[in-house]
Amino acid sequence: MASTIRVRATSNGDITEVQALIQHPMDSGFVKDAKGEIIPPHFIQQLTFEYDGRNVFAADWGGGVSRDPYVKFAFKGGKKGDDLKISWVDNKGATDTTTAKIQ
Amino acid sequence: MKLLSAIPFATTALALAVLTFAAPAPAADTVDPVKDATAFRKFFTDKFPKVKLEDFVNGPYSMNEDLHKQWEEKEQFPPYEFSLEMGKEMFTKPFKNGKSYEDCFPNKGIGVRQNYPAFDEKEGKVVTLELALNRCREANGEPAFSYVRDEMAALTAYMAFTSRGKPMDIKIPNDPRALEAYEKGKEYFYTRRGQLNFSCATCHVQSPGERIRAEVLAPALGILNAMPIYRSEWNGMGTTSRRFTTCNSQIRGVPLTPQDDEYRNVEYYLSYVSNGLPISGPGARP
Amino acid sequence: MNMLKSVLISVLLLAGSAGAFAASEDDYKAAYAAAEAANKEAANLRNQWTTTAATLAAAKKSADAGDFDKATAAAKEAEALAKASSFQATSEKTRWKDLEIR
Repeated sequence: MASTIRVRATSNGDITEVQALIQHPMDSGFVKDAKGEIIPPHFIQQLTFEYDGRNVFAADWGGGVSRDPYVKFAFKGGKKGDDLKISWVDNKGATDTTTAKIQ
Repeated sequence: MKLLSAIPFATTALALAVLTFAAPAPAADTVDPVKDATAFRKFFTDKFPKVKLEDFVNGPYSMNEDLHKQWEEKEQFPPYEFSLEMGKEMFTKPFKNGKSYEDCFPNKGIGVRQNYPAFDEKEGKVVTLELALNRCREANGEPAFSYVRDEMAALTAYMAFTSRGKPMDIKIPNDPRALEAYEKGKEYFYTRRGQLNFSCATCHVQSPGERIRAEVLAPALGILNAMPIYRSEWNGMGTTSRRFTTCNSQIRGVPLTPQDDEYRNVEYYLSYVSNGLPISGPGARP
Repeated sequence: MNMLKSVLISVLLLAGSAGAFAASEDDYKAAYAAAEAANKEAANLRNQWTTTAATLAAAKKSADAGDFDKATAAAKEAEALAKASSFQATSEKTRWKDLEIR
């Protein structure tokens, strides 16, 4: 199954810039459907970007983040060709993870 | 006594007569789409001299520098990516009877979006891309998709993507019915409706670049070139049909049924007057 | 004096109770039918307002709850809205040209 995580990481030698687009409904649990019933909460709770064995970015999310979240950040270090590992866990216990090469 | 009272009456009658004959004749009764399109384009380029012609297709982003910067960044990782991928998958997958969308369109459906809507001389009506797609499905034994949901948006996203950069190229054949459809589309665009008494022009001709609540309004020139669009407000992808119907309800007018004549005609008009501007779909909007 | 007072009071009381003309169910039904007819005409002109439908629904809701005063008032408002929407459609047939870019 195709990954839900699209990521692009580019390093200029000093700083690595990371962009990621994650496919997830991110239902807050406050929205009603056409029938008037609450759509149950279904959102990513933890998101981590791991480089060289340590987290360079970690997020604890709630229902306030919109569907298909887009994340952009930069971290010091990171070399071209190295791996960057992205993982998420949602409130239903589902997870996904992917590894990208820094360009 | 009678003569005295007759004078003011006569004066009034004369004044009325003068007014009637001096009144300017109603706007040219001949329909001239070429003239319309030229005037339409000139109106917007005059109003926004710093905006490059091809940038008008970017809607609110061409009107506001800060929005433009944010949008440029987002385009590196666009939110419509998922829908676009789904569209490509759907488009290339054959129907149950073995045929596919490729059999319904010229050039297998690749790079043809800029030719829609087109006037179908056999039917005597305007055919939009969405309509053509559903007709293709039904002709091949598949159920039609809703015009306002994800599947139709994904299909049109893919077709738009294969036409990216190509100039909008809508034709009005030398057929009085086509001219009539064009003119009716133009009438719909400028007609005020809904309890809020807005026409399409109220926002997109009179107020582009200005705000309606928190949104920056897009200019009407090139407004359909980016369709379908991923709207952050919708938290998802939406078709032209979806935009027309929601615009109607936002001004408190009961929407018509998607792909009703009025909608097909206004899409025809709006696309024609934007001829020459590049297809930029699928797009992303706030 | 007492007689006058009691007569005065009873007259005032009578006036008070007859002050607001209480709408009957028939009044409501007539008003609702008129509003629906006007809204149908607007539909033929392809120009109904969402608020017309909402007001009609509110009228029906009040009627179902037994409040025919409120229901009739809402139905009359719905009729006015529907008529306004028809007027808009008719006048816009010529007025739209005022907005046209030439």
